[in-house]
Amino acid sequence: MNLEILTPDKKVFDGEVISVTVPGTMGSFEVLNNHAPIISTLEKGQVTIRTATKTEKLIINGGAIEVIDNKIIVLAEGVIES
Amino acid sequence: MANLKEVRIRIASVSSTQQITKAMKMVSAAKLKRATNAIIQLRPYANKLKEILANLSASLEDGVSVYTQEREVKNVLLIVVTSNRGLAGAFNTNAIKTANNLIAEKYDSYHKSGNLHIIAIGKKAQDYYEKRNYNVIGNNNELYSNLNFENVSAITESVMDAFVKGQYDKVEVVYNQFKNAAMQILTVEQLLPVPKAERSEKQVSNTDYILEPSKEEIVEQLIPKNIKIQLYKAVLDSHASEHGARMTAMDKATDNAGDLLKKLKLAYNQARQAAITTELSEIVSGAAALSNG
Repeated sequence: MNLEILTPDKKVFDGEVISVTVPGTMGSFEVLNNHAPIISTLEKGQVTIRTATKTEKLIINGGAIEVIDNKIIVLAEGVIES
Repeated sequence: MANLKEVRIRIASVSSTQQITKAMKMVSAAKLKRATNAIIQLRPYANKLKEILANLSASLEDGVSVYTQEREVKNVLLIVVTSNRGLAGAFNTNAIKTANNLIAEKYDSYHKSGNLHIIAIGKKAQDYYEKRNYNVIGNNNELYSNLNFENVSAITESVMDAFVKGQYDKVEVVYNQFKNAAMQILTVEQLLPVPKAERSEKQVSNTDYILEPSKEEIVEQLIPKNIKIQLYKAVLDSHASEHGARMTAMDKATDNAGDLLKKLKLAYNQARQAAITTELSEIVSGAAALSNG
């Protein structure tokens, strides 16, 4: 499953992941393989990316997510890497 | 010979000017590369946001967001994007001229009644409009020293707030759109209220999305983001255009200085040769006079 995290200033993440947890407006949720198509707005909070080799965490400043056909795109207004 | 010395001094001054313009050209070329990179980085984000927004809002009726409300226009805000520094050819003059034409054509009565407000991004427009007693709001000259999305959105947010409160009923942006290093396209864009055409372009995709929290709320949240992107893009475009314009202007200046140097050197050598010839003929005729006697 492919994940892209984009901010207006740069591309923060681009690669294959196993799962990603995002801070949705209706509550935090996790996207796994073959997730149904979804568009959701995101709050300020932590994004956890799990790849085959490691787990990465970063804080985003609100934004939106689109999931379709195992392709996840996160639009973040700003990213604070931790 | 005084003429000889004069020419020598001019040659020295022209060649030092040429060195400066050459250096400025190279600096601008490097900065241009970074500025265009920033535009390229922004593109995927901007395109995706637009796509989602177009997908969702096509089926929504008007008046969903406060930012799309068309009101009777009483107060107009003009955002003029220029640069902080000059020596970029007609870059700043053109932007200001376009803004002035716009004011003369559409907003003359607003200007006379004091209902035209201006936000200047860049020192050149700021100085120009302050000198001519326009309603210039704030000071954004520091923006270019640290140009990023956050700083530009701060301006956009204050503009959006003022729009919602009814301080302005229409907001337009004047800037140089970046085409390539030698070409800038002067552009006037309406920022607020969000123009209709942009809301309903593109075809709707048939994917059945789960929408959280709801279609209306997502659109309502994404529209402000899109407005911020629009102004950010304008500023980035103008920034890249500035360096492009400066690069071409300095390239031409370097060429012109080269031409001038060539001419001066020719004049210098001619004068030197004339001096030598006169001196020689004086010696020869002097010697001839002596041997004759």
